[in-house]
Amino acid sequence: MAFLKKSTIWIAYLLALLVLPQFFNSILAISIYNQMAIAIVFALSYNMLLGQGGMLSFGHAVYFGLGGFLAVHTLIMIEFETVYFSIIFIPLVGGVIGLLAAIFIGSFSTHKAGTVFAMISLGIGELIAASSLIFVSFFGGEAGVSGDRTFGPPLFGVEFLQDVEIYYLAAGWVFIATVFMYLFTQTPAGRMANAVRDNPERAEFIGYSARRVRFISFCAAGFFAGIAGGLFALNYEFITEENLNAATSGRVLLMAYIGGLGYFIGPIVGAVILTLMNSLLSNYSELWMLYLGILFLLTVMFLPRGFAGFIMMHQVAWIRGKLHTLFIPYLLTGIPALILILSCVALLEMSHIEEEVLHYLGLELNPATLLTWVITIVIASASLFAIRLTLPRLRAAWEAANAIPDSEDG
Amino acid sequence: MAILSLKDVRKNFGKTEIIRGVNLDIERGEKHAIIGPNGAGKSTLFHLISGLYGVTHGTIQFKEHLIQNRTPYEISRLGLARSFQVTNIFPRMNVFENVRCALFWPHGYRYSFWHLLGRQTELNERTLQVLEQIGLQDKMHFPAGELAYAQQRALELGIAIASGAEVIMLDEPVAGMSHSEAENAVQLIRGITEGKTLIMVEHDMSIVFDVADRISVLVYGEIIACDKPENIRANPQVQEAYLGEVAVNA
Amino acid sequence: MLDVFIFATLNGLVTGLLLFMLASGLTLIFSMMGVLNFAHASFYMLGAYFAYSISLYFGFWTGLIFAPLIVGVLGAFVERYGLRRVHQAGHVAELVFTFGLAFLIEEAVQFFWGPGTKNYQQPELLDFPLFTLFGQEFPAYRGFMIGISITIFIGLYYLLTRSRIGIIIQAAITHPKTVANLGHNVPLIFMGVFGVGTALAGVAGVIAGPVLTTFPGMAVVLGSIVFVIVVIGGLGSLAGAFIASLLIGLLQSYAIASDVGVPDLLNLLGLEFARDHPLTDLWTMTLPQIAPILPFLLLVLVLIFRPTGLLGKREQ
Repeated sequence: MAFLKKSTIWIAYLLALLVLPQFFNSILAISIYNQMAIAIVFALSYNMLLGQGGMLSFGHAVYFGLGGFLAVHTLIMIEFETVYFSIIFIPLVGGVIGLLAAIFIGSFSTHKAGTVFAMISLGIGELIAASSLIFVSFFGGEAGVSGDRTFGPPLFGVEFLQDVEIYYLAAGWVFIATVFMYLFTQTPAGRMANAVRDNPERAEFIGYSARRVRFISFCAAGFFAGIAGGLFALNYEFITEENLNAATSGRVLLMAYIGGLGYFIGPIVGAVILTLMNSLLSNYSELWMLYLGILFLLTVMFLPRGFAGFIMMHQVAWIRGKLHTLFIPYLLTGIPALILILSCVALLEMSHIEEEVLHYLGLELNPATLLTWVITIVIASASLFAIRLTLPRLRAAWEAANAIPDSEDG
Repeated sequence: MAILSLKDVRKNFGKTEIIRGVNLDIERGEKHAIIGPNGAGKSTLFHLISGLYGVTHGTIQFKEHLIQNRTPYEISRLGLARSFQVTNIFPRMNVFENVRCALFWPHGYRYSFWHLLGRQTELNERTLQVLEQIGLQDKMHFPAGELAYAQQRALELGIAIASGAEVIMLDEPVAGMSHSEAENAVQLIRGITEGKTLIMVEHDMSIVFDVADRISVLVYGEIIACDKPENIRANPQVQEAYLGEVAVNA
Repeated sequence: MLDVFIFATLNGLVTGLLLFMLASGLTLIFSMMGVLNFAHASFYMLGAYFAYSISLYFGFWTGLIFAPLIVGVLGAFVERYGLRRVHQAGHVAELVFTFGLAFLIEEAVQFFWGPGTKNYQQPELLDFPLFTLFGQEFPAYRGFMIGISITIFIGLYYLLTRSRIGIIIQAAITHPKTVANLGHNVPLIFMGVFGVGTALAGVAGVIAGPVLTTFPGMAVVLGSIVFVIVVIGGLGSLAGAFIASLLIGLLQSYAIASDVGVPDLLNLLGLEFARDHPLTDLWTMTLPQIAPILPFLLLVLVLIFRPTGLLGKREQ
């Protein structure tokens, strides 16, 4: 029974992964799912470093990219029948390469955490990204390398011609990788990673070399990043220098941070949010990267524990059965906040657009007339005022819901 | 044979000599206190023994091992545990995990990433025992960083003793505590060091004379006296060092 | 040969001094707050863009004065309302914040100025060869860059070591609490130093914009190299940053100007390899080709063998 209770969430996760294509099955939706799958594994692996091990890396894409490159080269080898195995194992190839790279680089970079580690990761990331443009025969230069996933032996008649077939393969790998990354947190090595993150000096006095503990987390993170790279290779059938450079490293940092470091589910949330933003928002606005930047900075400043942390903040109120008292105050502040955001977006879009009218939320805004601007600014200021008016009430409600009752019941 | 033996241990920071030739033998099962004025080098001596600093000169022998200039984790694995003057815990982990982490190495888990902690019954039971000893079992799910000061000190002790080390070194275990808290802490220290070797730095003389079998007095990096509590109390040199008016040999 | 060497040296000097203008601000900010400002090069980029916009209406020289001022005020603003807020959450959060800021500034620059390259020109007044050597001309603008960098450094040096405010700043860097107890407004000093540091980056942007082209990627191009410099020089060491700046500037300049490569080395050893070998890229590698990765190679080596940097003391 206890086992069943513990596994409920995992069974739900697996089911969610499996039934997802039944609801939205357009080509766009499937392609988004595949991106999500890759992003989830990658972001979770990043969290092993930063969230659990306290190592801020600016070069995590190296393991993702190297895994991906080797995976594409393996696809080519399968195509030319140098090797013969089913492509379902390609992510594992990526993982092993990620692991080997991490063993090599981790052997000297995990000596210190903090700024020194961050700088080494940055330096190595830049070094490998720049080298990839020099070693053209392996990395393919600016164009990258491409392969074909359909040449391997078919698996029960499936030849992986279609993206949805790749999705199910990816979903399987995502599930396995998630389970193993979770289990890692439940082992002595995983716990000591937390301990070293919190206090490396003290960890040394209970028998552990902080460096060795970091090294193990680092290798595990490299392994799973490589698996994500292998999934990328399978999905897109090509890979370029861009997939191992600083931009990709930065994106995974954004995902993990926005989702919430320190919570296992955080990076999953972040990966889903960012992939959705990436695929959907970019259709509507050229400015989506700007919005992403703003979202990220606001997260760092106001929600240091990310979205998952924001949800977890309500745990106390929920346990005390007081969550409903927050509903009305949230609504009162949330609606003006939403209007403020929407009107600010309108202002940004109006100043950026080159056409005559801006189609926005079913409205046709004309950036050429002053009146449009005045009205939008008035709406924005009014909602800002409304937020200031309602915020004290929200704060009071929050404190009431979280206040420790007089008789402390733990 | 002494369990811990320091021979002519010296430590320089740059040109300043902080520890100036310390010789000290600590017997198995002894409760030893190191006292001395501020800046005498008591904490430095602790850091030298536990491996945080390397010695400039001399040897430190723990059981049959020479441990000077070994890393803290090697020394800790040999069975020497310590606490810190400034609370030194794992603030973001909960109390239970704080204690359990200290048990991994002594229970032989090393760097294992294949043992699931939920299934290690013996380990978890031992963790609960330690929590009970230090009186924190009802706080075990709290993040350690959110505990009250005295509770953090108790946890600090818990981490130090959890491993079951033969030698336990406590650096000012009751510093900053109220009188009643300190009394509780002393009871706790007595209980958990039963049958073990204890080395302790402490400023509160009532506690030192209460707990210790033998006391060393460290002044300016040298041990000027090492004797039973009643003799130390009567020793004129010690009194002078503490009162500090006249030169010792005047 | 000699002419190549002399011009490579001069160009390396120009780059090195420019890099130091960024690195000095970054180092000051690091010693003060203990955090590397990832967005430092973004302020450099902002300097170039502001100067470009100002120069369209009022000419280059007005831009040279006002663009750094605007950048400095912006920097102070970021410190006051952004960094100070994140400060309590620790160094990792601060580093992540400045990383996000760099990301945002790049996007904001594209929003205001568009994704293309801007035609930011050096002033006509300096559009002449300073001197001609071995038939090659050395542009006066580059001479001007050297001159202005050195002037600023001397000014900064005197400000830090001779003036009252400079001494308070130095004290505030090492002993902020003591200085606060003496009745000085330490947060204000921090904000001021952050502002001055970013303004210096702004100056670098203003004078580098016309030479290194003004485009939204210019921060990324220089940013990581400046990081490399402060780390190689030793975090928090101004002298170290100076040496490292010149070292990297000259190293890259020589590497680009040289025309040797692995093939020459192999010839010298009398070895030869087939052209279609899988490792052929390794055999045909040349020094100019690997010039861009030299700083990072140096960084990794320094961090492995001397983690404190050339002249650094602090490790974290």
